[in-house]
Amino acid sequence: MSTSVDLDKSAVEPTFVGISGGRRARNALATGLMTLAFLIALVPLVWVVWTVVSKGLAPVLTGHWWSESLNGLLARQQGGGAYHAIVGTLLQGLVCAVLATPIGIMVAIYLVEYGAGTRLARATTFMVDILTGVPSIVAALFVYAVWISIFGLPRSAFAVSLALVLLMVPVVVRSTEEMLRIVPDDLREAAYALGVPKWKTIVKVVIPTALSGMLTGIVLALARVMGETAPVLILVAYAPFINFDIFQGNMASLPLLMTVERSNPTDAGADRLWGAAITLILIITLFQLLAAFLSKVTAPKTK
Amino acid sequence: MAKRLDLKDVNIFYGRFHAVDNVTLSVAPRSVTAFIGPSGCGKSTVLRTLNRMHEVIPGARVEGEVLLDGENIYGSSVDPVGVRRTIGMVFQRPNPFPTMSIRDNVVAGLKLQGRKSRKELDEVAERALRGANLWNEVKDRLTKPGGGLSGGQQQRLCIARAIAVQPDVLLMDEPCSALDPISTLAIEDLIAELKTEYTIVIVTHNMQQAARVSDQTAFFNLRATGEPGRLVEIDDTPKMFSNPTQQATEDYISGRFG
Repeated sequence: MSTSVDLDKSAVEPTFVGISGGRRARNALATGLMTLAFLIALVPLVWVVWTVVSKGLAPVLTGHWWSESLNGLLARQQGGGAYHAIVGTLLQGLVCAVLATPIGIMVAIYLVEYGAGTRLARATTFMVDILTGVPSIVAALFVYAVWISIFGLPRSAFAVSLALVLLMVPVVVRSTEEMLRIVPDDLREAAYALGVPKWKTIVKVVIPTALSGMLTGIVLALARVMGETAPVLILVAYAPFINFDIFQGNMASLPLLMTVERSNPTDAGADRLWGAAITLILIITLFQLLAAFLSKVTAPKTK
Repeated sequence: MAKRLDLKDVNIFYGRFHAVDNVTLSVAPRSVTAFIGPSGCGKSTVLRTLNRMHEVIPGARVEGEVLLDGENIYGSSVDPVGVRRTIGMVFQRPNPFPTMSIRDNVVAGLKLQGRKSRKELDEVAERALRGANLWNEVKDRLTKPGGGLSGGQQQRLCIARAIAVQPDVLLMDEPCSALDPISTLAIEDLIAELKTEYTIVIVTHNMQQAARVSDQTAFFNLRATGEPGRLVEIDDTPKMFSNPTQQATEDYISGRFG
């Protein structure tokens, strides 16, 4: 009797086997679902961009869009531009940023470096959380009540900026707080051990280390509030002309221009509406690119 | 330069937790003292009380006296910032400032403490880097970030940073535990050189290292978890490693414990 041995077959069972059919199927299913979810999320985004670009590109491509206001033009008259509204949006945003950034940063520094665990810090965090959820219309009406009804001051771009400050401060506090918290305590201790006082450690070591993320957070918060519509509807009247005075007079802004032109049924109105939309999206995109650039420039390097 | 340290009846607390019980010991100027003992026995905590870094942690406090050449660093009128200028510290993990260049890291202490001219700072940077045996490796890239150096180089950079402010005492908290044997050797050689100018206290888990670098060794232990750590014995290093008085020390050193 002879037994034949298959020399090509290994003597022991292999330790590693191929991926089972069930796992392959589940993998394919999960991959398919995620791709589908991604595509569904992409649909409204592409749709919005397509609508805005197809309807608003023509007016934006004219030279006078970026350099002229709508002063003296009739509703149905073509021509003019959004310069007055761009100036308004940037001025209101800038004033808001100048007020909100130092307040937000200092609150965050208190929360992370000085107040950690104290009752005041916990109360502040709670308030900031509530403020984050306040709708822009509530912020706008609050400023209307205090600034215009109680103090009797006129409606103005500055009042708009104050409402935007209410919306921007909690976002800046939150993002700055996160950034300061991820600075390792090792670095603070290293500075203390060199005989550096606490405030100087914060200013010269902690903030520079967190700066990149802080700047990104601030610029993104600003980009977000610049598109807010409720404050400009309530706190300042539309003007078709250019106004640089934030304390007096009517001032346009891109969201306000859009709501005003929405009630203009002519072709000129539609052009201005969609042109302003594309301009606002462009400005916010530019701010986000600026944020990415600043973050890259200020990030700690190893090379 | 190089002052003596005396601890008298030092008790250390984290909130209500009694971390270290009643430590009394002396450290002579221009000597190396090693703290050894199992994890959690309080040796790093004791080290951190020597330059008032302990109190950075909320709720932490110290009772007793720590005398630097007879002057109590816990005196009521003493500024902790001034204490830390006099008693420098090197940490377990190398922690160069990520936003600063190699040169700026070294002179960070002086620069952040007050005004000094560029030229003076350059001189200090070179002296400190030479002192830390790092000059030859980094002299051509002083403006490059400190984070780009290897772990061992970063730790020597931190030592250079600590000695740039010319402290009287240098505290080292397991300075080699994150380093490879070659870098460890470089740091140990450096400690032997620094000893001629500074009073050094080093915490280490490595008993061979304690035996190699230190003049006297202190053994810390705790009776049980939850009990405060205490100083078991302090003596000249050769005696501690050959003929300790306490049975606990001998058990720990010979590996029968911990």
